[in-house]
Amino acid sequence: MATAMTEAEKLSKKELAKIRADFPVLSQEIYGKPLAYLDNGATTQKPQCVIDCVNQFLAEDYGTVRRGVYYLSEKSTRLYDDARKKLSVFINAASEKEVVITKGTTESINLVAATYGRMVVGVGDDVIISAIEHHANIVPWQQLCLEKGANLKVIPVDDAGELILEEYEKLLSPKTRIVAVNHVSNALGTVNPVQKMAESAHKVGAVILVDGAQSVPHMPVDVQALGADFYAGSAHKTYSLTGVGFLYGRYDLLDKMPPYQTGGDMIMSVTFEKTTFAKPPNKFEAGTPPIAGVVAFSTALDYLSDIGMDRIEAYELSLLKKATEKLSAIPQVKIIGNAKEKAAIISFVIEGVHPHDIGTVLDREGVAIRAGHHCAQPTMERFGVPATARASFSFYNNEDDIDALVHGVETVIKLFA
Amino acid sequence: MSDYNELYQQIILEHNKNPRHFKKLDSPDTLTSLGKNPLCGDHYYVAVDVAEDGSVQDIGFQGDGCAISKASASLMSTRVLGKSRAEVLQMRDEFQQMMTGELPAEHHLGKLTILEGVKEFPVRVKCATLCWHTLAAALQGETETTTE
Repeated sequence: MATAMTEAEKLSKKELAKIRADFPVLSQEIYGKPLAYLDNGATTQKPQCVIDCVNQFLAEDYGTVRRGVYYLSEKSTRLYDDARKKLSVFINAASEKEVVITKGTTESINLVAATYGRMVVGVGDDVIISAIEHHANIVPWQQLCLEKGANLKVIPVDDAGELILEEYEKLLSPKTRIVAVNHVSNALGTVNPVQKMAESAHKVGAVILVDGAQSVPHMPVDVQALGADFYAGSAHKTYSLTGVGFLYGRYDLLDKMPPYQTGGDMIMSVTFEKTTFAKPPNKFEAGTPPIAGVVAFSTALDYLSDIGMDRIEAYELSLLKKATEKLSAIPQVKIIGNAKEKAAIISFVIEGVHPHDIGTVLDREGVAIRAGHHCAQPTMERFGVPATARASFSFYNNEDDIDALVHGVETVIKLFA
Repeated sequence: MSDYNELYQQIILEHNKNPRHFKKLDSPDTLTSLGKNPLCGDHYYVAVDVAEDGSVQDIGFQGDGCAISKASASLMSTRVLGKSRAEVLQMRDEFQQMMTGELPAEHHLGKLTILEGVKEFPVRVKCATLCWHTLAAALQGETETTTE
Protein backbone atom coordinates (compact mmCIF):
# COMPACT_ATOMS: atom_id res chain seq x y z
CA MET A 1 0.00 0.00 0.00
CA ALA A 2 1.22 3.49 -0.84
CA THR A 3 2.43 5.43 2.15
CA ALA A 4 1.06 8.91 2.76
CA MET A 5 3.13 11.46 0.92
CA THR A 6 3.56 15.17 1.58
CA GLU A 7 2.81 17.67 -1.19
CA ALA A 8 6.52 18.35 -1.54
CA GLU A 9 7.25 14.67 -2.14
CA LYS A 10 4.57 14.24 -4.80
CA LEU A 11 5.28 14.63 -8.50
CA SER A 12 4.98 18.35 -9.27
CA LYS A 13 3.15 19.81 -12.27
CA LYS A 14 6.53 20.76 -13.72
CA GLU A 15 7.86 17.23 -13.36
CA LEU A 16 4.70 15.77 -14.89
CA ALA A 17 5.01 18.09 -17.89
CA LYS A 18 8.60 16.98 -18.33
CA ILE A 19 7.62 13.32 -18.04
CA ARG A 20 5.04 13.71 -20.81
CA ALA A 21 7.62 15.39 -22.99
CA ASP A 22 9.94 12.43 -22.38
CA PHE A 23 7.53 10.14 -24.29
CA PRO A 24 7.47 11.25 -27.94
CA VAL A 25 4.51 9.05 -28.87
CA LEU A 26 2.21 11.00 -26.56
CA SER A 27 2.45 14.26 -28.48
CA GLN A 28 0.70 12.94 -31.57
CA GLU A 29 -2.89 13.20 -32.62
CA ILE A 30 -4.96 10.13 -33.51
CA TYR A 31 -7.81 10.77 -35.97
CA GLY A 32 -7.33 14.46 -35.27
CA LYS A 33 -7.69 14.05 -31.49
CA PRO A 34 -4.92 14.21 -28.90
CA LEU A 35 -3.81 10.69 -27.99
CA ALA A 36 -4.96 9.47 -24.58
CA TYR A 37 -3.00 6.23 -24.21
CA LEU A 38 -4.74 4.14 -21.56
CA ASP A 39 -3.65 0.61 -22.43
CA ASN A 40 -0.61 0.53 -20.19
CA GLY A 41 -1.62 -2.81 -18.74
CA ALA A 42 -1.04 -4.34 -22.17
CA THR A 43 2.16 -2.48 -22.96
CA THR A 44 3.77 0.83 -22.11
CA GLN A 45 5.18 3.55 -24.34
CA LYS A 46 8.88 4.26 -24.43
CA PRO A 47 10.72 7.33 -23.10
CA GLN A 48 13.22 9.07 -25.37
CA CYS A 49 16.11 7.85 -23.19
CA VAL A 50 15.19 4.22 -23.94
CA ILE A 51 14.84 4.95 -27.67
CA ASP A 52 18.20 6.75 -27.64
CA CYS A 53 19.80 3.94 -25.67
CA VAL A 54 18.81 1.36 -28.31
CA ASN A 55 20.11 3.61 -31.07
CA GLN A 56 23.37 4.31 -29.38
CA PHE A 57 23.94 0.74 -28.28
CA LEU A 58 23.35 -0.62 -31.78
CA ALA A 59 25.35 2.18 -33.43
CA GLU A 60 28.37 2.07 -31.13
CA ASP A 61 28.54 -0.71 -28.57
CA TYR A 62 26.93 -3.83 -29.98
CA GLY A 63 28.64 -7.20 -29.81
CA THR A 64 27.87 -10.65 -28.53
CA VAL A 65 27.99 -11.32 -24.81
CA ARG A 66 30.04 -13.70 -22.69
CA ARG A 67 32.10 -14.97 -25.61
CA GLY A 68 34.19 -12.45 -27.47
CA VAL A 69 37.62 -11.37 -26.35
CA TYR A 70 37.38 -8.11 -28.23
CA TYR A 71 36.36 -4.61 -27.23
CA LEU A 72 32.72 -4.61 -28.43
CA SER A 73 31.92 -7.96 -26.89
CA GLU A 74 33.48 -6.96 -23.60
CA LYS A 75 31.54 -3.71 -23.59
CA SER A 76 28.24 -5.44 -24.44
CA THR A 77 28.89 -8.04 -21.77
CA ARG A 78 29.53 -5.32 -19.20
CA LEU A 79 26.34 -3.47 -20.15
CA TYR A 80 24.36 -6.73 -20.06
CA ASP A 81 25.72 -7.69 -16.65
CA ASP A 82 25.14 -4.16 -15.34
CA ALA A 83 21.51 -4.46 -16.42
CA ARG A 84 21.08 -7.66 -14.43
CA LYS A 85 22.71 -6.00 -11.43
CA LYS A 86 20.41 -2.97 -11.77
CA LEU A 87 17.35 -5.17 -12.06
CA SER A 88 18.35 -7.09 -8.93
CA VAL A 89 18.60 -3.79 -7.03
CA PHE A 90 15.30 -2.57 -8.51
CA ILE A 91 13.41 -5.54 -7.06
CA ASN A 92 15.74 -5.90 -4.06
CA ALA A 93 16.98 -9.40 -4.80
CA ALA A 94 19.75 -10.53 -2.45
CA SER A 95 22.07 -11.10 -5.40
CA GLU A 96 22.09 -10.58 -9.17
CA LYS A 97 22.67 -14.33 -9.42
CA GLU A 98 18.97 -14.67 -8.56
CA VAL A 99 17.85 -12.79 -11.67
CA VAL A 100 17.35 -14.77 -14.88
CA ILE A 101 16.74 -12.92 -18.14
CA THR A 102 13.84 -14.41 -20.08
CA LYS A 103 11.79 -13.33 -23.05
CA GLY A 104 8.88 -12.20 -20.92
CA THR A 105 6.66 -12.88 -17.94
CA THR A 106 5.01 -15.78 -19.76
CA GLU A 107 8.33 -17.51 -20.35
CA SER A 108 9.38 -16.87 -16.75
CA ILE A 109 6.31 -18.69 -15.45
CA ASN A 110 6.69 -21.50 -17.98
CA LEU A 111 10.31 -21.87 -16.93
CA VAL A 112 9.34 -22.45 -13.30
CA ALA A 113 6.49 -24.81 -14.20
CA ALA A 114 8.72 -26.86 -16.51
CA THR A 115 11.72 -27.10 -14.16
CA TYR A 116 10.87 -26.60 -10.49
CA GLY A 117 7.29 -27.72 -11.13
CA ARG A 118 8.27 -30.97 -12.81
CA MET A 119 10.81 -31.56 -10.07
CA VAL A 120 8.52 -31.21 -7.06
CA VAL A 121 4.95 -31.85 -8.23
CA GLY A 122 3.80 -35.46 -8.19
CA VAL A 123 0.62 -37.51 -8.35
CA GLY A 124 -2.03 -36.20 -5.96
CA ASP A 125 -0.12 -33.02 -5.10
CA ASP A 126 -1.73 -29.59 -5.27
CA VAL A 127 -0.87 -26.43 -7.15
CA ILE A 128 -2.86 -23.37 -6.06
CA ILE A 129 -3.65 -20.40 -8.28
CA SER A 130 -6.29 -17.68 -7.94
CA ALA A 131 -9.57 -17.00 -9.73
CA ILE A 132 -8.21 -13.74 -11.15
CA GLU A 133 -5.09 -14.88 -12.98
CA HIS A 134 -3.92 -14.07 -16.47
CA HIS A 135 -3.91 -17.10 -18.78
CA ALA A 136 -0.09 -17.05 -18.50
CA ASN A 137 -0.41 -17.93 -14.83
CA ILE A 138 -3.13 -20.54 -15.36
CA VAL A 139 -2.25 -22.64 -18.39
CA PRO A 140 1.35 -23.62 -17.47
CA TRP A 141 0.12 -24.92 -14.08
CA GLN A 142 -2.90 -26.62 -15.58
CA GLN A 143 -0.68 -28.43 -18.09
CA LEU A 144 1.79 -29.36 -15.35
CA CYS A 145 -1.02 -30.81 -13.23
CA LEU A 146 -2.37 -32.76 -16.21
CA GLU A 147 1.08 -34.17 -16.88
CA LYS A 148 1.73 -35.12 -13.26
CA GLY A 149 -1.74 -36.22 -12.14
CA ALA A 150 -1.78 -33.32 -9.69
CA ASN A 151 -4.70 -31.06 -8.71
CA LEU A 152 -5.09 -27.44 -9.71
CA LYS A 153 -6.92 -25.60 -6.94
CA VAL A 154 -8.32 -22.12 -7.33
CA ILE A 155 -8.60 -19.44 -4.63
CA PRO A 156 -12.05 -17.89 -5.05
CA VAL A 157 -12.66 -14.16 -5.33
CA ASP A 158 -15.44 -12.05 -3.81
CA ASP A 159 -17.70 -9.65 -5.70
CA ALA A 160 -15.33 -6.73 -5.10
CA GLY A 161 -12.52 -8.65 -6.78
CA GLU A 162 -10.59 -9.52 -3.62
CA LEU A 163 -9.25 -13.00 -3.02
CA ILE A 164 -11.05 -14.79 -0.19
CA LEU A 165 -8.10 -15.49 2.09
CA GLU A 166 -9.98 -17.79 4.46
CA GLU A 167 -10.63 -20.06 1.48
CA TYR A 168 -6.98 -19.84 0.49
CA GLU A 169 -5.95 -20.97 3.98
CA LYS A 170 -8.32 -23.92 3.65
CA LEU A 171 -6.84 -24.96 0.31
CA LEU A 172 -3.31 -25.02 1.71
CA SER A 173 -2.10 -28.39 2.98
CA PRO A 174 1.07 -30.45 3.14
CA LYS A 175 0.16 -31.57 -0.39
CA THR A 176 0.55 -27.99 -1.68
CA ARG A 177 3.74 -27.70 -3.69
CA ILE A 178 3.36 -24.35 -5.44
CA VAL A 179 1.17 -21.27 -5.03
CA ALA A 180 1.10 -19.04 -8.12
CA VAL A 181 -0.65 -15.71 -7.87
CA ASN A 182 -0.40 -12.29 -9.45
CA HIS A 183 0.72 -9.29 -7.46
CA VAL A 184 -1.77 -7.13 -9.37
CA SER A 185 -4.66 -8.51 -11.41
CA ASN A 186 -4.40 -7.32 -15.00
CA ALA A 187 -8.16 -7.59 -15.51
CA LEU A 188 -9.41 -5.97 -12.29
CA GLY A 189 -6.50 -4.04 -10.81
CA THR A 190 -6.73 -5.85 -7.45
CA VAL A 191 -3.49 -5.75 -5.46
CA ASN A 192 -3.19 -9.13 -3.80
CA PRO A 193 -1.73 -9.51 -0.28
CA VAL A 194 1.18 -11.61 -1.54
CA GLN A 195 3.33 -11.10 1.54
CA LYS A 196 0.68 -12.64 3.75
CA MET A 197 -0.03 -15.34 1.16
CA ALA A 198 3.67 -16.19 0.99
CA GLU A 199 3.82 -16.64 4.76
CA SER A 200 0.91 -19.06 4.67
CA ALA A 201 2.38 -20.98 1.72
CA HIS A 202 5.70 -21.33 3.51
CA LYS A 203 3.99 -22.67 6.62
CA VAL A 204 2.87 -25.76 4.69
CA GLY A 205 6.23 -26.08 2.95
CA ALA A 206 5.09 -24.74 -0.42
CA VAL A 207 6.81 -22.09 -2.53
CA ILE A 208 5.09 -19.05 -4.01
CA LEU A 209 5.53 -17.65 -7.50
CA VAL A 210 4.33 -14.09 -7.97
CA ASP A 211 3.36 -12.81 -11.42
CA GLY A 212 4.62 -9.24 -11.26
CA ALA A 213 3.77 -8.16 -14.81
CA GLN A 214 1.37 -5.45 -13.56
CA SER A 215 3.23 -4.47 -10.39
CA VAL A 216 6.88 -3.94 -11.32
CA PRO A 217 6.10 -0.92 -13.58
CA HIS A 218 3.75 0.74 -11.11
CA MET A 219 4.89 0.29 -7.50
CA PRO A 220 8.01 -0.39 -5.45
CA VAL A 221 8.67 -4.15 -5.39
CA ASP A 222 10.85 -5.82 -2.77
CA VAL A 223 10.97 -9.54 -3.46
CA GLN A 224 12.66 -10.29 -0.14
CA ALA A 225 10.17 -8.33 1.95
CA LEU A 226 7.33 -10.03 0.06
CA GLY A 227 8.82 -13.44 0.75
CA ALA A 228 8.49 -14.41 -2.91
CA ASP A 229 10.34 -17.55 -3.92
CA PHE A 230 9.86 -16.70 -7.59
CA TYR A 231 8.85 -13.36 -9.07
CA ALA A 232 8.25 -12.80 -12.78
CA GLY A 233 8.16 -9.53 -14.72
CA SER A 234 8.18 -7.92 -18.12
CA ALA A 235 10.36 -5.27 -19.76
CA HIS A 236 7.86 -4.07 -22.35
CA LYS A 237 5.28 -3.36 -19.66
CA THR A 238 8.07 -1.47 -17.88
CA TYR A 239 8.77 1.19 -20.54
CA SER A 240 11.25 -0.92 -22.46
CA LEU A 241 11.23 -3.40 -25.34
CA THR A 242 9.27 -6.55 -26.10
CA GLY A 243 11.13 -9.85 -26.05
CA VAL A 244 12.62 -9.29 -22.59
CA GLY A 245 11.43 -10.27 -19.16
CA PHE A 246 12.92 -11.63 -15.98
CA LEU A 247 12.54 -14.33 -13.41
CA TYR A 248 13.69 -13.75 -9.87
CA GLY A 249 14.27 -17.01 -8.04
CA ARG A 250 15.74 -17.76 -4.65
CA TYR A 251 19.27 -18.95 -5.33
CA ASP A 252 18.95 -22.24 -3.47
CA LEU A 253 15.91 -23.10 -5.61
CA LEU A 254 17.49 -22.02 -8.89
CA ASP A 255 20.58 -24.01 -8.00
CA LYS A 256 18.76 -27.30 -7.62
CA MET A 257 16.43 -26.82 -10.60
CA PRO A 258 17.23 -28.58 -13.87
CA PRO A 259 17.85 -26.37 -16.93
CA TYR A 260 14.88 -25.08 -18.95
CA GLN A 261 16.42 -25.01 -22.39
CA THR A 262 19.81 -26.38 -23.26
CA GLY A 263 22.46 -25.26 -25.71
CA GLY A 264 25.14 -22.62 -25.83
CA ASP A 265 25.94 -20.26 -22.98
CA MET A 266 24.30 -22.38 -20.29
CA ILE A 267 27.03 -25.00 -20.00
CA MET A 268 30.19 -25.50 -18.02
CA SER A 269 31.62 -28.14 -20.35
CA VAL A 270 30.30 -30.37 -23.10
CA THR A 271 31.51 -33.72 -24.40
CA PHE A 272 29.48 -36.16 -26.47
CA GLU A 273 29.08 -38.26 -23.35
CA LYS A 274 28.19 -35.63 -20.78
CA THR A 275 27.39 -31.97 -20.23
CA THR A 276 27.82 -30.06 -17.01
CA PHE A 277 25.71 -26.99 -16.65
CA ALA A 278 26.63 -23.48 -15.66
CA LYS A 279 25.48 -22.10 -12.29
CA PRO A 280 22.43 -19.86 -12.08
CA PRO A 281 21.49 -17.55 -13.64
CA ASN A 282 23.43 -18.61 -16.77
CA LYS A 283 22.09 -22.15 -16.46
CA PHE A 284 18.71 -20.75 -17.53
CA GLU A 285 19.92 -18.52 -20.35
CA ALA A 286 20.61 -20.79 -23.30
CA GLY A 287 21.54 -19.06 -26.53
CA THR A 288 22.38 -15.45 -27.30
CA PRO A 289 20.08 -13.30 -25.19
CA PRO A 290 18.14 -10.22 -26.41
CA ILE A 291 21.13 -7.99 -25.62
CA ALA A 292 19.85 -4.63 -26.89
CA GLY A 293 16.53 -5.15 -25.13
CA VAL A 294 18.24 -5.95 -21.85
CA VAL A 295 20.46 -2.88 -22.09
CA ALA A 296 17.39 -0.77 -22.90
CA PHE A 297 15.61 -2.26 -19.88
CA SER A 298 18.47 -1.08 -17.72
CA THR A 299 17.99 2.47 -19.02
CA ALA A 300 14.25 2.28 -18.37
CA LEU A 301 14.91 1.16 -14.77
CA ASP A 302 17.26 4.13 -14.28
CA TYR A 303 14.58 6.42 -15.62
CA LEU A 304 11.98 5.03 -13.21
CA SER A 305 14.38 5.04 -10.26
CA ASP A 306 15.26 8.68 -10.89
CA ILE A 307 11.58 9.59 -10.57
CA GLY A 308 10.99 7.15 -7.70
CA MET A 309 8.61 4.21 -7.74
CA ASP A 310 6.89 5.40 -4.57
CA ARG A 311 6.08 8.74 -6.22
CA ILE A 312 4.97 7.00 -9.42
CA GLU A 313 2.64 4.80 -7.39
CA ALA A 314 1.18 7.72 -5.45
CA TYR A 315 0.52 9.72 -8.61
CA GLU A 316 -1.04 6.79 -10.48
CA LEU A 317 -3.31 6.12 -7.52
CA SER A 318 -4.44 9.75 -7.62
CA LEU A 319 -5.37 9.21 -11.29
CA LEU A 320 -7.21 6.03 -10.34
CA LYS A 321 -9.22 7.88 -7.70
CA LYS A 322 -10.23 10.69 -10.07
CA ALA A 323 -11.08 8.39 -12.95
CA THR A 324 -13.06 6.07 -10.69
CA GLU A 325 -15.06 9.00 -9.29
CA LYS A 326 -15.87 10.36 -12.75
CA LEU A 327 -16.80 7.02 -14.29
CA SER A 328 -18.85 5.97 -11.26
CA ALA A 329 -20.90 9.12 -11.63
CA ILE A 330 -22.23 7.85 -14.98
CA PRO A 331 -25.25 5.63 -14.19
CA GLN A 332 -24.83 3.30 -17.22
CA VAL A 333 -21.22 2.49 -16.29
CA LYS A 334 -20.44 -0.43 -14.03
CA ILE A 335 -16.89 -0.86 -12.76
CA ILE A 336 -15.84 -4.50 -12.45
CA GLY A 337 -13.38 -4.86 -9.57
CA ASN A 338 -13.66 -2.58 -6.56
CA ALA A 339 -11.02 -4.00 -4.26
CA LYS A 340 -9.83 -1.77 -1.43
CA GLU A 341 -6.25 -2.19 -2.64
CA LYS A 342 -6.13 -1.46 -6.35
CA ALA A 343 -3.55 -0.42 -8.89
CA ALA A 344 -4.51 2.12 -11.57
CA ILE A 345 -6.56 -0.25 -13.71
CA ILE A 346 -10.30 0.23 -14.29
CA SER A 347 -12.31 -2.52 -15.94
CA PHE A 348 -15.82 -1.44 -16.81
CA VAL A 349 -18.90 -2.29 -18.80
CA ILE A 350 -21.64 -0.07 -20.19
CA GLU A 351 -25.17 -1.38 -20.02
CA GLY A 352 -26.27 -2.67 -23.43
CA VAL A 353 -23.00 -1.90 -25.21
CA HIS A 354 -20.40 -4.50 -26.06
CA PRO A 355 -16.84 -3.56 -24.97
CA HIS A 356 -15.54 -3.80 -28.55
CA ASP A 357 -17.97 -1.12 -29.61
CA ILE A 358 -16.79 1.01 -26.69
CA GLY A 359 -13.21 0.44 -27.83
CA THR A 360 -13.89 1.41 -31.44
CA VAL A 361 -15.72 4.63 -30.57
CA LEU A 362 -13.08 5.61 -28.01
CA ASP A 363 -10.35 4.90 -30.55
CA ARG A 364 -11.85 7.43 -32.96
CA GLU A 365 -11.89 9.89 -30.06
CA GLY A 366 -8.15 9.37 -29.63
CA VAL A 367 -8.53 7.20 -26.52
CA ALA A 368 -6.67 3.87 -26.60
CA ILE A 369 -8.12 1.32 -24.19
CA ARG A 370 -8.29 -2.46 -24.17
CA ALA A 371 -11.57 -4.19 -24.92
CA GLY A 372 -11.88 -7.93 -24.51
CA HIS A 373 -11.29 -10.69 -22.02
CA HIS A 374 -7.75 -9.50 -21.14
CA CYS A 375 -6.41 -13.06 -21.38
CA ALA A 376 -8.40 -13.73 -18.22
CA GLN A 377 -11.47 -15.63 -19.41
CA PRO A 378 -12.10 -17.30 -16.02
CA THR A 379 -12.13 -13.84 -14.40
CA MET A 380 -14.69 -12.62 -16.94
CA GLU A 381 -16.80 -15.69 -16.30
CA ARG A 382 -16.66 -15.15 -12.52
CA PHE A 383 -18.06 -11.65 -12.96
CA GLY A 384 -20.64 -12.74 -15.51
CA VAL A 385 -19.39 -10.66 -18.44
CA PRO A 386 -17.98 -11.89 -21.77
CA ALA A 387 -15.53 -9.02 -21.85
CA THR A 388 -14.85 -5.60 -20.37
CA ALA A 389 -13.39 -2.30 -21.45
CA ARG A 390 -10.24 -1.56 -19.51
CA ALA A 391 -8.43 1.70 -18.94
CA SER A 392 -5.00 1.20 -17.39
CA PHE A 393 -2.91 4.18 -16.37
CA SER A 394 0.71 5.19 -16.26
CA PHE A 395 2.45 8.12 -14.59
CA TYR A 396 2.57 9.85 -17.99
CA ASN A 397 -1.22 10.07 -18.08
CA ASN A 398 -2.98 13.17 -16.79
CA GLU A 399 -6.42 14.57 -16.11
CA ASP A 400 -6.90 15.44 -19.77
CA ASP A 401 -6.65 11.72 -20.51
CA ILE A 402 -9.29 10.99 -17.88
CA ASP A 403 -11.55 13.69 -19.33
CA ALA A 404 -11.08 12.26 -22.84
CA LEU A 405 -12.02 8.82 -21.51
CA VAL A 406 -15.11 10.13 -19.76
CA HIS A 407 -16.15 12.18 -22.79
CA GLY A 408 -15.68 9.09 -24.97
CA VAL A 409 -17.80 6.97 -22.65
CA GLU A 410 -20.55 9.60 -22.73
CA THR A 411 -20.36 9.60 -26.54
CA VAL A 412 -20.76 5.81 -26.58
CA ILE A 413 -23.80 5.99 -24.33
CA LYS A 414 -25.45 8.63 -26.54
CA LEU A 415 -24.70 6.68 -29.72
CA PHE A 416 -26.11 3.40 -28.45
CA ALA A 417 -29.00 4.89 -26.45
CA MET B 1 -10.82 9.64 -42.29
CA SER B 2 -13.95 7.68 -41.62
CA ASP B 3 -15.36 8.26 -38.19
CA TYR B 4 -17.41 5.90 -36.13
CA ASN B 5 -20.68 7.33 -37.40
CA GLU B 6 -20.00 5.63 -40.76
CA LEU B 7 -19.59 2.35 -38.93
CA TYR B 8 -22.47 2.68 -36.51
CA GLN B 9 -25.18 3.79 -38.93
CA GLN B 10 -28.75 3.99 -37.72
CA ILE B 11 -29.80 0.79 -39.46
CA ILE B 12 -26.93 -1.10 -37.84
CA LEU B 13 -27.67 0.33 -34.40
CA GLU B 14 -31.32 -0.55 -34.86
CA HIS B 15 -30.57 -4.16 -35.87
CA ASN B 16 -28.22 -4.42 -32.87
CA LYS B 17 -30.98 -3.30 -30.56
CA ASN B 18 -33.74 -5.33 -32.17
CA PRO B 19 -32.07 -8.23 -33.93
CA ARG B 20 -34.29 -10.16 -36.41
CA HIS B 21 -34.54 -13.93 -36.14
CA PHE B 22 -32.79 -13.81 -32.74
CA LYS B 23 -34.26 -17.15 -31.77
CA LYS B 24 -33.56 -20.82 -31.33
CA LEU B 25 -34.52 -23.40 -33.97
CA ASP B 26 -34.79 -26.91 -32.70
CA SER B 27 -36.59 -29.15 -35.11
CA PRO B 28 -34.88 -32.55 -35.48
CA ASP B 29 -33.50 -31.57 -38.89
CA THR B 30 -32.23 -28.12 -37.90
CA LEU B 31 -28.62 -27.56 -38.91
CA THR B 32 -26.76 -25.63 -36.22
CA SER B 33 -23.22 -24.36 -36.02
CA LEU B 34 -21.37 -22.45 -33.31
CA GLY B 35 -19.13 -19.67 -34.64
CA LYS B 36 -16.43 -18.24 -32.41
CA ASN B 37 -13.99 -15.41 -32.68
CA PRO B 38 -11.32 -16.61 -30.25
CA LEU B 39 -9.61 -13.21 -30.25
CA CYS B 40 -12.53 -11.41 -28.69
CA GLY B 41 -14.74 -14.17 -27.35
CA ASP B 42 -17.72 -13.32 -29.57
CA HIS B 43 -19.79 -16.39 -30.28
CA TYR B 44 -23.05 -17.11 -32.07
CA TYR B 45 -25.11 -20.15 -32.82
CA VAL B 46 -26.60 -19.98 -36.29
CA ALA B 47 -29.36 -22.48 -37.01
CA VAL B 48 -31.11 -23.15 -40.32
CA ASP B 49 -34.00 -25.27 -41.43
CA VAL B 50 -33.55 -26.31 -45.03
CA ALA B 51 -36.60 -27.03 -47.20
CA GLU B 52 -36.84 -30.08 -49.43
CA ASP B 53 -35.74 -28.03 -52.43
CA GLY B 54 -32.58 -27.09 -50.52
CA SER B 55 -33.56 -23.49 -49.81
CA VAL B 56 -33.34 -21.76 -46.41
CA GLN B 57 -36.77 -22.16 -44.89
CA ASP B 58 -36.04 -20.60 -41.53
CA ILE B 59 -33.04 -19.17 -39.75
CA GLY B 60 -32.30 -18.28 -36.17
CA PHE B 61 -29.26 -17.03 -34.34
CA GLN B 62 -28.34 -16.63 -30.70
CA GLY B 63 -25.26 -15.63 -28.79
CA ASP B 64 -23.12 -12.79 -27.58
CA GLY B 65 -21.08 -10.25 -29.38
CA CYS B 66 -20.61 -6.66 -30.39
CA ALA B 67 -23.04 -4.44 -32.29
CA ILE B 68 -21.34 -5.15 -35.60
CA SER B 69 -21.47 -8.92 -35.27
CA LYS B 70 -25.05 -8.88 -34.04
CA ALA B 71 -26.33 -6.42 -36.66
CA SER B 72 -24.51 -8.33 -39.38
CA ALA B 73 -26.15 -11.59 -38.30
CA SER B 74 -29.54 -9.91 -38.11
CA LEU B 75 -29.20 -8.35 -41.57
CA MET B 76 -27.94 -11.66 -42.95
CA SER B 77 -30.94 -13.49 -41.54
CA THR B 78 -33.32 -11.22 -43.44
CA ARG B 79 -31.41 -11.70 -46.68
CA VAL B 80 -30.96 -15.46 -46.90
CA LEU B 81 -34.52 -16.65 -46.30
CA GLY B 82 -35.72 -18.62 -49.31
CA LYS B 83 -32.27 -18.67 -50.91
CA SER B 84 -30.65 -21.89 -52.07
CA ARG B 85 -27.51 -23.25 -50.47
CA ALA B 86 -25.45 -22.21 -53.51
CA GLU B 87 -26.89 -18.69 -53.40
CA VAL B 88 -26.08 -18.36 -49.71
CA LEU B 89 -22.51 -19.52 -50.23
CA GLN B 90 -22.13 -17.07 -53.09
CA MET B 91 -23.40 -14.25 -50.89
CA ARG B 92 -20.95 -15.31 -48.23
CA ASP B 93 -18.14 -14.92 -50.76
CA GLU B 94 -19.47 -11.58 -51.93
CA PHE B 95 -19.72 -10.36 -48.34
CA GLN B 96 -16.12 -11.37 -47.74
CA GLN B 97 -15.11 -9.56 -50.94
CA MET B 98 -16.94 -6.44 -49.77
CA MET B 99 -14.93 -6.53 -46.54
CA THR B 100 -11.68 -6.61 -48.48
CA GLY B 101 -12.79 -3.84 -50.84
CA GLU B 102 -13.31 -6.05 -53.88
CA LEU B 103 -17.07 -6.25 -54.14
CA PRO B 104 -18.00 -6.89 -57.79
CA ALA B 105 -20.43 -4.45 -59.46
CA GLU B 106 -22.95 -7.28 -59.82
CA HIS B 107 -23.75 -8.83 -56.47
CA HIS B 108 -26.63 -10.17 -54.41
CA LEU B 109 -26.10 -8.41 -51.12
CA GLY B 110 -28.82 -5.79 -51.50
CA LYS B 111 -29.09 -3.55 -48.44
CA LEU B 112 -26.34 -5.52 -46.71
CA THR B 113 -23.94 -3.07 -48.36
CA ILE B 114 -24.81 -0.84 -45.40
CA LEU B 115 -22.03 -2.82 -43.69
CA GLU B 116 -19.44 -1.81 -46.29
CA GLY B 117 -18.11 0.85 -43.87
CA VAL B 118 -16.74 -1.92 -41.65
CA LYS B 119 -13.86 -2.40 -44.08
CA GLU B 120 -12.48 0.97 -42.91
CA PHE B 121 -12.11 -0.64 -39.46
CA PRO B 122 -9.89 -3.63 -40.23
CA VAL B 123 -9.92 -5.07 -36.71
CA ARG B 124 -13.71 -5.23 -36.88
CA VAL B 125 -14.00 -7.07 -40.20
CA LYS B 126 -14.09 -10.46 -38.48
CA CYS B 127 -17.00 -9.24 -36.35
CA ALA B 128 -19.05 -8.69 -39.50
CA THR B 129 -18.05 -11.92 -41.25
CA LEU B 130 -18.44 -14.25 -38.25
CA CYS B 131 -22.15 -14.96 -38.89
CA TRP B 132 -21.55 -15.71 -42.57
CA HIS B 133 -18.85 -18.25 -41.81
CA THR B 134 -21.09 -19.78 -39.18
CA LEU B 135 -24.07 -20.00 -41.53
CA ALA B 136 -21.90 -21.58 -44.24
CA ALA B 137 -20.59 -24.07 -41.69
CA ALA B 138 -24.13 -24.96 -40.62
CA LEU B 139 -25.22 -25.51 -44.22
CA GLN B 140 -22.19 -27.73 -44.76
CA GLY B 141 -22.98 -29.79 -41.66
CA GLU B 142 -20.08 -28.49 -39.54
CA THR B 143 -21.08 -27.93 -35.93
CA GLU B 144 -18.33 -25.46 -35.14
CA THR B 145 -16.19 -22.82 -36.86
CA THR B 146 -13.85 -20.00 -35.92
CA THR B 147 -12.67 -16.82 -37.58
CA GLU B 148 -9.04 -17.88 -37.11
